[in-house]
Amino acid sequence: MKIHEYQAKALLREFGVAVPKGDVADTPAQARAIAQRLSGKVVVKAQVHAGGRGKAGGIKLADDPAAAEQAAGQILGMMLKTPQTPPEGIKVRKVLVEEASAIDRELYLSITLDRARATHVVMASQAGGMEIEEVAAKTPDKILREWAHPALGVQDFQARRLAFGLGLAGEQFKQGAALIRNLFALYLAKDCSLVEINPLVVTRDGRVFALDAKLNFDDNALYRHKEIAELRDTNEETPLDVEASKYGLNYIKLDGDVGCMVNGAGLAMATMDIIQQAGGEPANFLDVGGGASPEQVENAFRILSSDPSVKAIFINVFGGILRVDRLAEGVIGAVKKLGLKLPVVLRAEGTNVEQGKKMLADSGLALTMADDMADGATKAVALAKGQKP
Amino acid sequence: MAILVDKSTRVVVQGITGKEGAFHAARCKEYGTQVVGGVTPGKGGTTHEGFVVWNTVAEAVAKEGANCALIFVPPPAAADAIMEAAAAGVPLVVCITEGIPVADMVRTKHFLASTKSRLIGPNCPGVITPGQAKVGIMPGHIHKPGDVGVLSRSGTLTYEVVGQLTKRGIGQSTCVGIGGDPVNGTSFVDVLRLFNEDAGTGAIMMIGEIGGTAEEEAAAYIKTSVKKPVIGFICGQTAPPGRRMGHAGAIIAGGRGTAAEKMKALQEAGVTVVKSPAEMGATVAKVIGA
Repeated sequence: MKIHEYQAKALLREFGVAVPKGDVADTPAQARAIAQRLSGKVVVKAQVHAGGRGKAGGIKLADDPAAAEQAAGQILGMMLKTPQTPPEGIKVRKVLVEEASAIDRELYLSITLDRARATHVVMASQAGGMEIEEVAAKTPDKILREWAHPALGVQDFQARRLAFGLGLAGEQFKQGAALIRNLFALYLAKDCSLVEINPLVVTRDGRVFALDAKLNFDDNALYRHKEIAELRDTNEETPLDVEASKYGLNYIKLDGDVGCMVNGAGLAMATMDIIQQAGGEPANFLDVGGGASPEQVENAFRILSSDPSVKAIFINVFGGILRVDRLAEGVIGAVKKLGLKLPVVLRAEGTNVEQGKKMLADSGLALTMADDMADGATKAVALAKGQKP
Repeated sequence: MAILVDKSTRVVVQGITGKEGAFHAARCKEYGTQVVGGVTPGKGGTTHEGFVVWNTVAEAVAKEGANCALIFVPPPAAADAIMEAAAAGVPLVVCITEGIPVADMVRTKHFLASTKSRLIGPNCPGVITPGQAKVGIMPGHIHKPGDVGVLSRSGTLTYEVVGQLTKRGIGQSTCVGIGGDPVNGTSFVDVLRLFNEDAGTGAIMMIGEIGGTAEEEAAAYIKTSVKKPVIGFICGQTAPPGRRMGHAGAIIAGGRGTAAEKMKALQEAGVTVVKSPAEMGATVAKVIGA
């Protein structure tokens, strides 16, 4: 799960990680009031779950409260388009108004999982403000890494090593080392999957703080962090993704026109692959899960068919835990309720397959049966193009 | 011959009084697996759907010689269940549970390193040696004894390849699902090593997916050490970057972990890489001359 920068900064503050003074605003008038309180120059930053805001016009500098109000007026309500947003952009609903500081150096700091080593890794670089992937590709030796002990975490000497590596000295070194330790404490305490401070800045007046903050959380751990789960902003997700998550379905909207409904993540990915190999494009990834109930199947079907770009649906199921007769029950229920007109191709194998196929045949639905995955994909792609399978 | 599980495997099911645990314990037993009972803390001394229930894994080990634990415990308590099994000296722990927090698995993997236990999973379908023992949730009837070793990060996609193999009359030595989580107990390399040393395995079918570098590590190992033919498939060739495709570990992050990179690494290691998931069985048949 992702959260906004202003939410991330509130968490950083709670864990003793220095951030600029500031507050969040829903209206230009609020932005003006915050700027007045801060006095001096401020930065007005669009709050959306996407990077690249600055280049897209989502971050503006303002000299005084009136300018802050004006900047907020321009940013609030705009459709911000960055390489990380959908083509139409994301609507900006909030801005963060912060004190502007004279920056001396921009650094990089992040914590995430190192899968190959099965533990958490802290990464730091003097090349702040750049995409870390770019730094990693061009100058890998400029990235410092310290791996946390899986049970004991990051030790003080490791935080010091990183702080020295960032070129910090004296008072700034102390601030930097403490910041790294506190950031790791936050990462662990809240089950983050990523903490990224880019840039971490040193100001001309000698302060070290997180100028930007990106926090992602392990979805599997949200059950023990209700306060984090409440920070979810469904405005930042596509409506169909939000709808699917209500029913515990793994759904991701894509650009094609062949809707797919599959059980199991691996088979669902393989189904997308084979649709493309058959000359089509998948409209979505959808894993109804190993033990999907008829209700879940029904909801999945409803979500698929409510996507206007879907021209045909391919159901590809290998029933292990999910019995094919239960799948059939869900499909029949959904089609009857929704009065579905879309062509549906079904490929099913596994437990109770004969029973399930008979139920579907008897239901009177206009289904196209497929012998195997390749056959099903070919037929679904043809139907999506308005051809006969 | 086979790897990990066979006729001598004695399984204790942790979380046996739950719906999933009870259902699959019965399916494993039907298949012929020796299921010696189950564990649910606080329900020891009772029986559940015909299975003896203990309070601890240690009791199942002491009284019934359990040498394999199969875990259906819900995510908040699953990591603890894995550690309990390992502490009780169970050599093989198979965790089916999906949704364990990553931080829990980091600590658990570290705990396991100081024990003699091997963990398969979590978030996996389990292990089956056709005709001998099924320790997991896979549909038993689609399998057939034979000499192709199957290993995979996925569940239903493994059933898909097994179905394709069995339809062609090609049997399997053992099928191992290592799970779709970013931190798991046993890697592709670990299982490849076992298959490589197993006299009952003649060829290996490996199914990988996007995310992480487990397939690249497997490729490096295959290149230097595996003498048997390996056939590979990577799913997620069309997956968009930055999105988790169902499995917690299936994500292209920072442009890394793509299917194309993995397919290239495997190809360079001498693996026969299949592009279409419908051609997995046919390709194995061609490679082994069946």
